[in-house]
Amino acid sequence: LKESKRAVNSLRDIVDDDDDDLERVSWSGEPVGSISWSIKETASSSTSSLEGRDSSLQKGSSSYAAFPKQVSSYSLSSLFKGRNKLPSFQSLSDALSDTGVKNYAPELRRPKAEYKDYSSDWSPKDTVRRMQRGKVCSLERFRSLQDKLVLLDEAVAGHDGNVITAVLIFLKRTLRREILFRELEVRQVALCHLIHFLKETGEQKLLLDLLRFLDRTEEVALSQYREHLNIQDVEKRREFLKGCIGLPFSAEDTSHIQDHYTLLERQIIIEANDRHLETAGQSEIFRKYPRKASILNMPLVTTLFYSCFYHYTEAEGTFSSPTNLKKTFKIPDKQYVLTALAARAKLRAWDDVDALFTTKNWLGYTKKKAPIGFHRVVEILQRNNAPVQVLQEYVRLVEDVETRLNLATKYKCHDVVIETYRDLKDRIQLTAYKCKVERGSAEEEKINSILNN
Amino acid sequence: CPFPQAIVWDEYLTGPFGLIAQYSLLKEHEVEKMFTLKPGRLPQADVKNIIFFVRPKLELMDVITDNVLREDRGRSPQRDFHILFVPRRSLLCEQWLKEQGVLGSFIHREQYSLDLIPFDGDLLSMESESAFKECYLESDQTSLYHAAKGLMTLQALYGTIPQIFGKGECARHVANMMIRMKREFPGSQNSIFPVFDTLLLLDRNIDLLTPLATQLTYEGLIDEIYGIQNTYVKLPPEKFAPKKQGEGGKDLPTEPKKLQLNSAEELYAEIRDKNFNAVGSVLSKKAKIISAAFEERHHAKTVGEIKQFVSQLPHMQAARSSLANHTSIAELIKDITTSEDFFDNLTVEQEFMSGIDTDKVNNYIEDCIAQKHPLIKILRLVCLQSVCNSGLKQKVLDHYKREILQTYGYEHILTLNNLEKAGLLKPQTSGRNNYPTIRKTLRLWMDDVNEQNPNDISYVYSGYAPLSIRLAQLLARPGWRSIEEVLKMLPGPHFEERQQLPTGLQKKRQHGENRVTLVFFLGGVTYAEIAALRFLSQMEDGGTEYVIATTKLINGTSWIKSLMEKLEPAPF
Repeated sequence: LKESKRAVNSLRDIVDDDDDDLERVSWSGEPVGSISWSIKETASSSTSSLEGRDSSLQKGSSSYAAFPKQVSSYSLSSLFKGRNKLPSFQSLSDALSDTGVKNYAPELRRPKAEYKDYSSDWSPKDTVRRMQRGKVCSLERFRSLQDKLVLLDEAVAGHDGNVITAVLIFLKRTLRREILFRELEVRQVALCHLIHFLKETGEQKLLLDLLRFLDRTEEVALSQYREHLNIQDVEKRREFLKGCIGLPFSAEDTSHIQDHYTLLERQIIIEANDRHLETAGQSEIFRKYPRKASILNMPLVTTLFYSCFYHYTEAEGTFSSPTNLKKTFKIPDKQYVLTALAARAKLRAWDDVDALFTTKNWLGYTKKKAPIGFHRVVEILQRNNAPVQVLQEYVRLVEDVETRLNLATKYKCHDVVIETYRDLKDRIQLTAYKCKVERGSAEEEKINSILNN
Repeated sequence: CPFPQAIVWDEYLTGPFGLIAQYSLLKEHEVEKMFTLKPGRLPQADVKNIIFFVRPKLELMDVITDNVLREDRGRSPQRDFHILFVPRRSLLCEQWLKEQGVLGSFIHREQYSLDLIPFDGDLLSMESESAFKECYLESDQTSLYHAAKGLMTLQALYGTIPQIFGKGECARHVANMMIRMKREFPGSQNSIFPVFDTLLLLDRNIDLLTPLATQLTYEGLIDEIYGIQNTYVKLPPEKFAPKKQGEGGKDLPTEPKKLQLNSAEELYAEIRDKNFNAVGSVLSKKAKIISAAFEERHHAKTVGEIKQFVSQLPHMQAARSSLANHTSIAELIKDITTSEDFFDNLTVEQEFMSGIDTDKVNNYIEDCIAQKHPLIKILRLVCLQSVCNSGLKQKVLDHYKREILQTYGYEHILTLNNLEKAGLLKPQTSGRNNYPTIRKTLRLWMDDVNEQNPNDISYVYSGYAPLSIRLAQLLARPGWRSIEEVLKMLPGPHFEERQQLPTGLQKKRQHGENRVTLVFFLGGVTYAEIAALRFLSQMEDGGTEYVIATTKLINGTSWIKSLMEKLEPAPF
């Protein structure tokens, strides 16, 4: 790659950089004259400048051939010449200029062909076929249930969702709900289309009725739960979620929905409390680190981070304390330690970090333990710009020797490197490391003294 | 001109339309102005007709309604509204407009059936972004209907395709529709000599694995990292700053650099389908050739020689700028592929695909969740693990679900549900894992992969041979009969249909002449799969050339995104 880069750069000197004629492409890369280029162009410029453009467009017509060269010996591009797009454009603009005429003669407004659709007697099959071709057909003359169902079956057999949906709209309007549901139950394809279309148009009530009729309880539950996304007001959203808890979700999902409700309930309390604290200006932490956003509707882990950041020392009894959150939502140890570590490291509260990994056994001895592995601890601390003194304390705790050496070298924890080589009795590496530490420093002295022993 | 027009574009459509028409063409048809569809009042324009070019989507209908309602009634002359649905007129949308009370404002409502759009010499796409979701989540087969219609058009132009093979539920539907359409329009029997020998219809859901893995071809990586839209890619501008003398970096561009990528560009055609690890050497080789060519000028002595050199200059300059662009792109990609995280991610993917540790909670995935990597990345990995294990153990699945919901928000329960419905993320129900059998029989994992001079399609994923393409390869030789057992393990039926040709049109193949197979991917195809098919086309003794059609060009990210529940309420 470097080689070709060099070559390219050297070529720049050789060639006069006059390739503007070659690339008829504006900086944004849209070929001049392409549709998206022109949208910007016409939207901003007046007609006169467009005329100016015209000449350049003509010049650029050589680049017009948008068709690429073929890869295989077969060329679709030549094949596609037969498939000219022009005629349909032509007919479109014809149609449109026609409309102008019609507008001046309003009584001719409906074209004859279309008019015919309303009067003639198409069979269900023909009706469906006409609709597939995009023609407007009146369905009103299908009066009996029998006729309507034949029509629906024909539409389904055609597989064209647009037509199926159109027929369903008609049936929905003209059939009693129970009958519609009953007939759709034995017509799965049509049923799927109706469900999809009710979802799209947001006819929630009818959708839920239908799903209940079909006994699809889990879908009812999810579909109802989805509604909460449309509720902006948090109090209302909380109330709504409360109502969702009793819905027939799967066992696993039920607990998630319950958690979702509890979380929002907590967030509302915390938010009210903290907003008050912040505006009062009494609390140092809020003065020093003003909140960037409200905690409402944030994920659980984000909430935990927030509470480790602002409410770390609170007693377990308060809703905003990290330990309370951990207990309520059964947050696994690993997740908790990671989040707390990130929050406390961000505040540079190294004592808290230390406490997080210190355990006391029954004899009163302290021991360092990390459920996430100390190499991860080091990474997180490093990301939060922890000083070397702090960092090396945890690098030292990394069990795997090779990882420890790597991390120590990477983050310049000289002491750890030196001690590790000492323990390994690796004179060669230790000697080599001497050139990495500063001359005359304490580290160099340390190496020398070890080597001399 | 008496009736000037303005077009209001659904922005999504400008890309595909840009591939088939230029503004100059529209201008010949009296299109004066073009705007992007957005809510609010339509811009001033002295035109008689306003035409909306839109996809049949309800949210777009709301925007149009807003436009129409805000139109100044008092202005004169009054402007007329028309609506053009692409690819199909939708009665649901019209109903919607009617309920908003604006349907009557539209004098014409038409459709422009744009079924298959040519993307390259051997590639067609319907660019229907929701096709997979509609087919597998909502059981809406409209896109299949369009696919069948597109195939009928293709046959009208290039002759009836005598043999149809297929695998999957949707493939079966499309074949049925084609047969039915042919029966219903007996006049469609044409007398064109058939170009294609075989049509192969493949459901995306018989191979859910391939799009989830990171593509490792040059084009595939460009798509994974920057996303290719309608053959265009937008790149960070820094590496493309013009280095002309005297400009000393004073106005560095801030807008992304947009480039078109297709095989019309000689260099791109050569490298697009290569494994990324083989791209660097091609670029440096090209650089040497071009340098040498420019050096020629020193040897040009006579006027004739100089003239010849000058005549080659434009071509050489084009080659040079092409080389410069791709060198920059390759550098951008290399920065990413050499990153630690890319490597870790790839390692886990490859472990899953080769069947290692697919049945327990993966450490790397857990770490990524803890560090809150983008949700789509997590979903891709978890789904990949699920697919490579024929579903996850209930305990493992529950664990992942819990971690995802706690970290990214409970509302994602809706997305997880969609993935489950689509079969991407599911509990192992049968208690048996079929994937190892499928992997071994179809040789999906190749340990000795040659990235520089590949001898097998597995080079596109540096070890994994895409299942879909293996099926195409085995169909050509020795035929599917040899893999009946595995075919039964994949969802949906497999079938063969024949379409009778009039005696005069039956192909008499010359010795050594290749067969041509059209492979249609229902639900999307990735660039790496396309690369693998092109590789098969170019194999000396392959005997088959492939042309590719699809509902949409996808990658794992765009695909998963299409299945995610929209969590933001629509902005209007």
